[in-house]
Amino acid sequence: MFEAIAFYLFAALTIVMFTITVMTSQALYAITAMAAGMIFISAFFFILGADFLGAIQIIVYTGAVMALYAFGMMFFDTTRDVVEKRTNPQIVFVLGVLAAVMVVAIFVAPIVSNNIQALYPIQENIGNSQAVGMVLFTKYLVPFEVAAVMLLVAMIGGIILAGKKMDKSLTLMAEEEITTMDDMTEEEAQAGGHH
Amino acid sequence: MEVTLTHYLVLSSILFAIGLIGVMRRKNLLMLFFATEILLNATNIGFAAISHYIGDLSGQMFAFFIIAIAASEVAIGLGLLIVWYKRTGKIDLDQMNSMRG
Amino acid sequence: MELYLYIALFAPLVGSLFSALFTATPKASITGYIASGLLFTSFVSSAILLNYVMGGHTVHVEMMTWMATGDLYIPFGFVVDQVSVVMMMVVTIVSTVVHVYSIGYMDHDKGFNRFFAWLSAFVFSMMVLVMSDNFAGLFIGWEGVGLCSWGLIGFWYHKESATWAANEAFIMNRIADLGMLIGIFLIYWNVGSLQYDVVFAEVGNLQPVIITWIGIFLFIGAMGKSAQFPLHTWLADAMEGPTPVSALIHAATMVTAGVYLVVRANPIYDLIPNVGIFIASLGAFVALFAASMALVNRDMKRIIAYSTLSQLGYMFVAAGLGAYWVALFHLMAHAFFKALLFLGAGNVMHAMHDELDPFKMGGLRKVMKGTFVMMTLASVALAGIYPFAGFFSKDLILEVGFVEHHYVIYTVLLLTAGLTAFYSFRLVALIFHGEERYKLFGIHPHEAYKFMLVAMSPLLVLAIIAGSFKMTYYQLVINLLPSTQYHIHSATTFWIMTIGTQLFVILAILFAYKKYSNWNSVPDGTSKMEKSFGYKLLWNQYYIPKIYDEVFSKPYLELSKIAWKQIDLKIVDATVDAIANAIYKTGENTRDIQNGNLSSMLRWMVVGLVVLMTLAVAFNVGYNVFGA
Repeated sequence: MFEAIAFYLFAALTIVMFTITVMTSQALYAITAMAAGMIFISAFFFILGADFLGAIQIIVYTGAVMALYAFGMMFFDTTRDVVEKRTNPQIVFVLGVLAAVMVVAIFVAPIVSNNIQALYPIQENIGNSQAVGMVLFTKYLVPFEVAAVMLLVAMIGGIILAGKKMDKSLTLMAEEEITTMDDMTEEEAQAGGHH
Repeated sequence: MEVTLTHYLVLSSILFAIGLIGVMRRKNLLMLFFATEILLNATNIGFAAISHYIGDLSGQMFAFFIIAIAASEVAIGLGLLIVWYKRTGKIDLDQMNSMRG
Repeated sequence: MELYLYIALFAPLVGSLFSALFTATPKASITGYIASGLLFTSFVSSAILLNYVMGGHTVHVEMMTWMATGDLYIPFGFVVDQVSVVMMMVVTIVSTVVHVYSIGYMDHDKGFNRFFAWLSAFVFSMMVLVMSDNFAGLFIGWEGVGLCSWGLIGFWYHKESATWAANEAFIMNRIADLGMLIGIFLIYWNVGSLQYDVVFAEVGNLQPVIITWIGIFLFIGAMGKSAQFPLHTWLADAMEGPTPVSALIHAATMVTAGVYLVVRANPIYDLIPNVGIFIASLGAFVALFAASMALVNRDMKRIIAYSTLSQLGYMFVAAGLGAYWVALFHLMAHAFFKALLFLGAGNVMHAMHDELDPFKMGGLRKVMKGTFVMMTLASVALAGIYPFAGFFSKDLILEVGFVEHHYVIYTVLLLTAGLTAFYSFRLVALIFHGEERYKLFGIHPHEAYKFMLVAMSPLLVLAIIAGSFKMTYYQLVINLLPSTQYHIHSATTFWIMTIGTQLFVILAILFAYKKYSNWNSVPDGTSKMEKSFGYKLLWNQYYIPKIYDEVFSKPYLELSKIAWKQIDLKIVDATVDAIANAIYKTGENTRDIQNGNLSSMLRWMVVGLVVLMTLAVAFNVGYNVFGA
C-alpha cells in the first residue's frame, strides 16, 4: 500500500519533470527539471531495494553530471532562446509512442514465458551494499577495472579538449619559463583565448 | 493495488519514449544531451526493477556500469561541444551538416 | 593390325593439326607436303588392311569409352570389315591425289596452309564416319564432314556468294541431321545399344512399324548428305569452293556418305522393302531431274555437279532395290572418274583464269593435251562405255532394275544414261573442240603443272581398269552384304539390253559432238532456244531455289526480325533496363537520408529502431503461436 502510493507519486513527478526537460525552450528550466528528475529516479531505486544504486545515482548523476551540464550551460550563450524548427510534431510523437510500445512488448515477453533463472540471486540476510560489493569484486571484477580505465581516459580527454594552452608541456619547461609565463601581453591573451 | 514488474516496465518505457521525443525534437545540442540522459535513466529503472522482481543482482550491476559510462560520456561530449563552439560559435544542429552525403 | 587401323585413322588428323599451326602465316609449302605425305601413309595402311581383310579377317577395336551413364554405353570403337575397307580405299586414294593436286592448284593462294588444315580434317572426319562401329561414331563423323565441308566451300570467305553457299550447305545438312538423330534415338530406344552388331542382330525382333520409321528417318539423314530431292540445292551452289574441294567432297566422299549409311544399315532396309522401293524411286527421279538441269547449264563445274547428283540417284536406286554391293561398286567407280573430271575442270579453270562458261572456251585441246585426254576418258567412263569402269557399274544397276521387274525405273535410268552421255560430251566438245572463242576475251591458257597431271594419273588408270576388279570385289563384300546375283535368264534379252544400251549411249555422244564441236559464237540470251519456256525452266533449276527462298527463307527472316525488334528489344532488354533503373531511382531517393542534418538523421534512427523492434516482436509472436 505504502509502496504503491510512493510508486505512483514518484512516477508522476518523474514524468512531469522529464516532460518539462524536453519541451521547454529555456535552458535553465530544462536543467533544473532534469536535476529534479534524477533525484526522483533515485527514489525509485530505494523503493526497489537497490540502496547502493540509489546512493550512486544521487552522487554521480545529480551531483557530478548535472553540475557538469550546469557549467556547460554557463559556457554557452543561453540567453538566446533556441528556435526549434517545427517540422512535424505528429511524426515525432507517433514514433515515440511506437518505440515505447515495442519496448514494453519486448520486456514483457520473456517474463510471460516464465523461463528465467537467476544467475546471481539476491540473498535476504545481508545488506544491499554488501551484496553488491561481493558480486562487484568477484564476478564483475574485469568490467570494474575496465570501467576505471575508461573513466581515466574520459578525464584526460575532457581536460585536453577544453583546456587552454594545451600545446605547452609544463613538465618539460624550465623553472624560469614557468614563472615568467604569466606575464602575457594583452594581444597574446586575446589570441590565446579565442582560436 | 500491488505494484508489479509490469508497472515499472511501463514507467520505464514511458520515460524512454519521452527521451526519444526529446532526441528527435531538440535542435540545440546541449538539450540533445539532456534527452540522451533521460534515455539512459529510463533503462536504469527497468534494470533495477527486473533485478528486484526476479531476485538477481545482475540488473543492478548493469545499471551501475551504465551510470559509469554515462558519466564519462558526458565529460567527453561536453568537451567536444566546447571545441565546436570555439570554432563556429553556435551549437545549432541544423547548421552542422558538413557530413552531407 | 590395330596399329594400321590407328595409323590410317589418325594420320590425316596429324596432318591437319600440323597445317593448322600455320594458318595465320603466309604460304608454307611444307604444310602441303606433310599433309600429302601423311595421307599417303594412311593410304598405305588402308591397303595393308585391305590385304588383311581379303584374307577373311576383320579388325575390331574399342579405343576408349565415350559415354557410360546408366544404361547407355557408347564407346569410341572402330571396325575394319569388308564394307568399310572398300570405303577406306576409295577415300584415301582420292584424298591423296587431291592433296598432291592442291599443292599445285592453290599455289598462288594466300590461304594455302588453312586449306590443307581443313582438307585433312575433312579426311579424318570421313575416316571416322566410315570406320566407326556404332551409330554415334557415325554421327560424329557425319557432323565433322559437314563442318569441314562448310569451311571448305566458304574457303574464300571474302566472297559473299561463297559464304552463302557454305551456310546453305551446312543448314540443309543440319535439317537432314535432325531426321537422322531421330532415327538414332529410335534405334537406341528400342534396341538399347548403338553398336552395329547388336542393332543388326536385334532389329528383326522389333515391330515392323518401328523398323519402318527407323529406316525412313535414317534415310532422311542420307537425303541431306547425298543431296537427294528436295534437299539438293546445296550441291550445285557448293561449287563456290575451290575445285579440289569439289573433287574430294562433292564427288567421292561426303556425298557418298548417305549411300554408305544405307549400305551399312542393309539389315534394317532388308526388312522394309516398301521404304526401299521409295528410296529407289526417289533415286531414279533425282537421276533424271539432275540430268535435265545439266543439259542447258553454262557453268562447267555445275554441269559436273549435276552429273554427280544424277549418279547418286543411280546408287540409291541400287541400294533401294536391295543390291547393296552394286551400289557400293558404283560408288567406288564413280569416285574415281568423277574426281578425275573435277580435277581436269580445275586445270581448265586455272588456264582460263577462273572462267566457267564453256561457251567462252573452245579448242583447248591444242594447248592442254594432257587434260584433254583425261577429261575425255573420264567422260567415256561416266557414259558407261565398255570396257571402262562405268560400264560395269552403271549397266549392272540397269540390270538390277530390269531383273527386279521395276520397268519404270529401268526406263528412267536408261533415258538418264543417254542424257548423261549427251551433256558430258557437250561439255567436252565445247571446251576442247571448235574455235578458240577464248581469244575474244584475251585469255592465254597454258597446261597445268606436270606434277599435277602426274597426280591425276592414278585416277585415270583406275577409271579405266576398275571394272576388272568386279569379281574380286564381289568375293570380298559378300561376306557382309547380301549376295544376290542378277542374272537375266534369257541370254538374248541380256545381249539385246547391253548392246542396245551401248548403241543408245554412243548415239547420244555423237549427237553431242555434232552439235557442239564446231561452235563458234558465245550465246548471249537472245536466241530463240534460250527464250523458250523449257530452256528457262531448266536454266533456273525448275525455280526450286526461288521457291525455297520465298517459302522458307523470307518468312523466317521476317520472323527473326519480329523476334529481334519486338521481343528482344522491347521485352527482354526493357526488363533488364527497368530493373537497373529501379535500383538507381531507389538510390537517388534514399539519398536524402544522408543529408548531414543531425536531427533528421536521429529521426531516421528512431524509425529504424521501431522497425527492428516490430520485427522482433512479430517473429516472437509468430514463433510462439505457430509452432516450434
